[in-house]
Amino acid sequence: MSNSVPLLTRETIDMDALSRAVEGPGAGAVVTFAGNVRDNARGQDVLYLEYEGYEPLAAKELAALAAETERRWDVNCAVQHRLGRLEIGECSVGVAVASAHRGAAFEACRWLMDTLKETVPIWKREYFVGGAHWVEGPGTVPIDPFAEKLEARP
Amino acid sequence: MITVRMLFFAHLQDVAGGQELDLTLPEGATVRDAADAMAGRAAGFENLLTHTRVAVNAEFADADTALKDGDEVAWMPPMSGGLNERGT
Repeated sequence: MSNSVPLLTRETIDMDALSRAVEGPGAGAVVTFAGNVRDNARGQDVLYLEYEGYEPLAAKELAALAAETERRWDVNCAVQHRLGRLEIGECSVGVAVASAHRGAAFEACRWLMDTLKETVPIWKREYFVGGAHWVEGPGTVPIDPFAEKLEARP
Repeated sequence: MITVRMLFFAHLQDVAGGQELDLTLPEGATVRDAADAMAGRAAGFENLLTHTRVAVNAEFADADTALKDGDEVAWMPPMSGGLNERGT
């Protein structure tokens, strides 16, 4: 795995940097994935999101996930997750996978993203008009409206 | 006695009233003892062991993991889907 791109960032994700980190003369295929903030969830308009996590373990799990992806499909990959407040349309997670042929790159990228969502300890809070909730497990948990950290502003 | 730092994530931060909480436990206490001590503090903590993954000092752990003074215990709700095979 390339370690030139930090696993966690609070800055804008640079998809070109992710591609450059994995491409090479033997790579006939480079697949990239950008997970962007959508303006709606579960029938409600989303104002913005916040991502926070257990950073030491999230970084370890992202590194382990990238290494496992590379091992399973014999590919080169780079992944970066963003933390903090994200506006609609901004990228929260970027992945780049390079392989000799495209089949492995597509499959590896899909597996990495599916597994990331299950294993990496980063959570998102969705803010919508009238409240906010954590996205956890198969559902959501409302945020205590009296908790200090809740921001009511749009 | 030992002092360990509990770290809370996602909705558990609302239950705890914050992201961190120091807990004093007897020598030889395990993660299960820490969970039991939390269960006595607030209704939202009664299912810690079955509803979260736990890590001690940023390594996945389980209910039987022994704790020592200064350890950091993180309680992590599932992010999506259910708990994976490392869930307690």
